[in-house]
Amino acid sequence: MLGGRDGDGVALAMRVIVGQARISDAPRLVEITSAHVDSCLYHGQVSLDFAHRLVDLGARVRVPTTLNVGSMDLIHPALVRDQELAAAGRELMAAYVDLGCTPTFTCAPYQLPNRPGLGEHIAWAESNAIVFANSVLGARTDRYGDFLDVCAAITGRAPYAGLQTSEARQGTVVFDCRALGDFLHSELAYPLLGHHIGSVVGAGIPVLVGIPAEVTEDDLKALGAAAASAGGVALFHAVGITPEAPREFAELPVREVDLDTLLRVRRELSTTGELDAVSVGTPHASYAECLRLAELLKDGPPLKVPFYLSTNRHTRERLKGAELDVLENAGVTVVVDTCTYVTAILSPDWKNVMTNSGKWAHYAPGNINVSAVLGSLAECVASARAGRVVFE
Amino acid sequence: MIIRGRTLHPGTATGEPIRLTAPLSFWGGTDEHGRIVDAHHPQCGAVLTGRILMMESGRGSSSASSVLAEQIRARTAPAAIILTRPDPIIPLGALVAAELYNLDLPVVLAPYDAIPDNARLHVSATPTEATITWTTA
Repeated sequence: MLGGRDGDGVALAMRVIVGQARISDAPRLVEITSAHVDSCLYHGQVSLDFAHRLVDLGARVRVPTTLNVGSMDLIHPALVRDQELAAAGRELMAAYVDLGCTPTFTCAPYQLPNRPGLGEHIAWAESNAIVFANSVLGARTDRYGDFLDVCAAITGRAPYAGLQTSEARQGTVVFDCRALGDFLHSELAYPLLGHHIGSVVGAGIPVLVGIPAEVTEDDLKALGAAAASAGGVALFHAVGITPEAPREFAELPVREVDLDTLLRVRRELSTTGELDAVSVGTPHASYAECLRLAELLKDGPPLKVPFYLSTNRHTRERLKGAELDVLENAGVTVVVDTCTYVTAILSPDWKNVMTNSGKWAHYAPGNINVSAVLGSLAECVASARAGRVVFE
Repeated sequence: MIIRGRTLHPGTATGEPIRLTAPLSFWGGTDEHGRIVDAHHPQCGAVLTGRILMMESGRGSSSASSVLAEQIRARTAPAAIILTRPDPIIPLGALVAAELYNLDLPVVLAPYDAIPDNARLHVSATPTEATITWTTA
């Protein structure tokens, strides 16, 4: 492939893969079964230059490849205020579809059918998708940056390094969460816990003890997303829950997590007490989360502030003719294909935004210049109805 | 003085160092002008453009390689990056900028504790060897 047998596009992709293999000391490459490409989010001229170079050189993906969020909601194009960004975002998303990628445009590809299974080698980008695939599904992907993801899809190969190897998947530090007790039965525990462990371990591999058996995939999504954005967590183990969690971990250092710590994290991530808008669904809200939001909004007083829900187009299709009407009639703006903190959707006049996402609360202040407040989904609804921040 | 390290992406650069006290994600952590905008970062507001950036490793988002490559294209990137832990995402941005624009931002793995803050650094990274030399004012 390097020599150009499969065309110049494949050769370029292979140069990137081999270059990355050298950087990560990989002894060889490994064949992958799927890819998730994050490079379709517009970050400037370089994004288009790279995609167009691949298209012009005739490259195509050779494994099933999903696409991460873009900079544009293709179903509701008017939502993106910045026309220049919208046009570039649309052009970039189209270029990746031209390369043979499936137009899923979601940061939560694990909510789609045909997700990878235990032990499968994959090449996924997007930090929350990486940590979910590794931890909850037991598939194997290293932390791949933009560009590498699509090059892996085009070559069908990734460096055999990092979390592709068994040795690198062992836990490094235990977080004993048992003191949290009943708080672990609340959804709010998971973004807070994720942010805390991410801040503490950096790129280490946390082993969580005390996570209740009834924990949902949405809870683990929130935990992983916050841990990946606050630190560099690409894999965690939840003892008794996730497929590769160890049974023996007596030799690892132990850190206790108590309620005071998590309440402090909530205060750190909540930098305002005022409320101009609400944004939920980062990573993209699952079908179950959309149903729960519809249930919360079905009856009751109207929303006093703008309310945004980010989800994927696959989930929106499932909600059509039923809960989607409930959500939209209640005044919720449903955003697909992108997310409110990666593109220009929220009004620049809104400075105080409530979210149920640790990841959103972490990134939105830097990305779109807002102050965030972190609450549960129910608190977000109660606050939007009251027109001010309401904690339970 | 000289420090030897490992090349993660080749190139040469000269400039003044900026030592980060916490890891940084280029995406969400820096803007298109090379300024640190991560409100949680202790050095928020500092400008990295043209500096020899010294940090333990990158952090967080996988989009960091795009943001770095775009900064290299727009000439707002650091002059060189020195890491103490291998980070695949940062050299990837440098690799793609080299493929597309023939611009090389050296990325080096080296212990940088001995480098004084008032030094003027020269980074020279070939595919096989990297050296960091400096003079102090």
